[in-house]
Amino acid sequence: MTSTLQTPRPESGASPIASSLRGRQLPRWVPPALTAAAVLLALVGVFGPVGAWLVLVGWCVAAVIPIWSLAVEGSRKAMDRLVTLLVSTAFAITLFPLGSILATVVSRGAPVLSSEFFTYSMRNIVGEGGGIYHALMGTLLITAAAAAISIPIGLFTAIYLIEYGDGTRLAGWIRFLVDVMTGIPSIVAGLFAYALFVIFFGPGVRMGVGGAVALSVLMIPVVVRSCEEMLKLVPNELREASYALGVPKWRTIVKVVLPTALAGIVTGVTLAIARVIGETAPLLVIAGLTDSVNFNLFDGRMATLPVFTYFSIIVPGVPPGPSIERAWGAALVLLIIVMLLNLAARLVSYFFSPKGER
Amino acid sequence: MAKSIDVSDLDIYYGDFLAVEGVTIPIAARSVTAFIGPSGCGKSTFLRSLNRMHEVIRGARVDGKVLIDGQDLYADDMDPVNVRRLIGMVFQRPNPFPTMSIAENVLAGQRLNSKRMKKKEADDIVERSLRSAGLWNEVKDRLDRPGSGLSGGQQQRLCIARAIATQPEVLLMDEPCSALDPISTSIIEDLIHELKTDYTIVIVTHNMQQAARVSDTTAFFNLAGVGQPGRLIEHGDTSMMFSNPEDPATEAYIQGRFG
Repeated sequence: MTSTLQTPRPESGASPIASSLRGRQLPRWVPPALTAAAVLLALVGVFGPVGAWLVLVGWCVAAVIPIWSLAVEGSRKAMDRLVTLLVSTAFAITLFPLGSILATVVSRGAPVLSSEFFTYSMRNIVGEGGGIYHALMGTLLITAAAAAISIPIGLFTAIYLIEYGDGTRLAGWIRFLVDVMTGIPSIVAGLFAYALFVIFFGPGVRMGVGGAVALSVLMIPVVVRSCEEMLKLVPNELREASYALGVPKWRTIVKVVLPTALAGIVTGVTLAIARVIGETAPLLVIAGLTDSVNFNLFDGRMATLPVFTYFSIIVPGVPPGPSIERAWGAALVLLIIVMLLNLAARLVSYFFSPKGER
Repeated sequence: MAKSIDVSDLDIYYGDFLAVEGVTIPIAARSVTAFIGPSGCGKSTFLRSLNRMHEVIRGARVDGKVLIDGQDLYADDMDPVNVRRLIGMVFQRPNPFPTMSIAENVLAGQRLNSKRMKKKEADDIVERSLRSAGLWNEVKDRLDRPGSGLSGGQQQRLCIARAIATQPEVLLMDEPCSALDPISTSIIEDLIHELKTDYTIVIVTHNMQQAARVSDTTAFFNLAGVGQPGRLIEHGDTSMMFSNPEDPATEAYIQGRFG
């Protein structure tokens, strides 16, 4: 690809060694031009009137590059171009659902957003009007409670694993069980919370805090794992420097290790929150749904955005139109919350990481 | 300030592995003692056992006595945290705390232990420690900037300032110049010369010329082979060790014939 090898240099052009370093190349315009044509065809295929089969045509156009390269440049460069093509294809396939979801949710949800949508509950609403205030508050409260349960447990577990238990058999078991916990289906977490609360409050119990317990079952392993990775990154030299100053171990952890890892820990926790805020199944089981605002986590049903969205689609009522519209609006709000959380995580890790690290 | 250390028949283990065997050496107060020897011979391990830092590694333990002013560091009722307050340490790689400013790094020994200080007192400690470490003039205008923004040699002097800010009796230095350029090295060697009027200094070095330049007493460590424990071969006055060592292995090592 380098142009210096393509253009013969006068002093080295005659030497046999120099000529063996050169090779034939595709014309420089070919790969970008074919790529551009392929992308254009794919875009027309997706958005245009012709049909999705154009995407396949576009891919075939891009696939010409490695074949042509094999004929002209030889097998090594052809393999390079082939793998580049495969990786880019995988990337495009991954990106497609994301783009599709974003486009659909924004286009259908955006018209619904209004001040009424954010400030009204669904109490005594039939048909048009109403809003998601009750579900929004429920989601924020339940997620905050879940974070309040998960962050201390997860962080302390991670501190034990890295600072105290590293290399011991108990720590090995805890790591293994945390990994198992990561794979718990969310509905099982919901059933666990339900079974737990039935013991104390009898069958048919519905409580916001139960939802928080279910979510924290899902969130704790994520918090443990991310905090563990961040604590691992703190150089041992800093711990030793602190010990050598006569600082006890617990103060070393609180004042040296945690501040050094703070940005990473906050980022990890924020991403864990973003991961559970959209959970539907466990909240369906234990938090239920209501049309009214409920600020009390310990008393009765609480609406949440995912459950609200689910029921608005499944049981829209008559006429179904307004309810389905509200479902799209709630989905968009949830998506915005998750994106804001991800953005916040990025900002925190950007602004709070220790500056000028070696 | 400044106390002498008496080590008698010290064995150091990592788990079941005997790393250093049978070290007996007196370390005089207000002097510089250098440990030399090939890699893996246990100099650093021995140095770290002098302020119980090697215990940070799981499974590490010692047999024998380390007496500082007649008190056994390894007595059952000795708190390693208090030992380390008494015996400071500077490491091979400069390791200022990245979350702290230059001034906070100097005060780390006090701050991390939540010792309450008036601002005046804190400022005095910062200035005095940085002056003793020969860093004051270079950083006095940017005390609130991160310590990790300094050059390697400056960072190492910052670490020395941090170690002496808590006014320890003894200062252990584990190859403090091995990551530094010759100019920073010579600054730190001058610093060691000044500090020895107030502190007992023990330094591990791979640089024979450095040992000859800075130390009053030199101890040579060696090991019989891989997997064998390191031993103290001989120790004595630095000029004697470098001109007329008793053991042929010492002479061979100092003249660069092995290791």
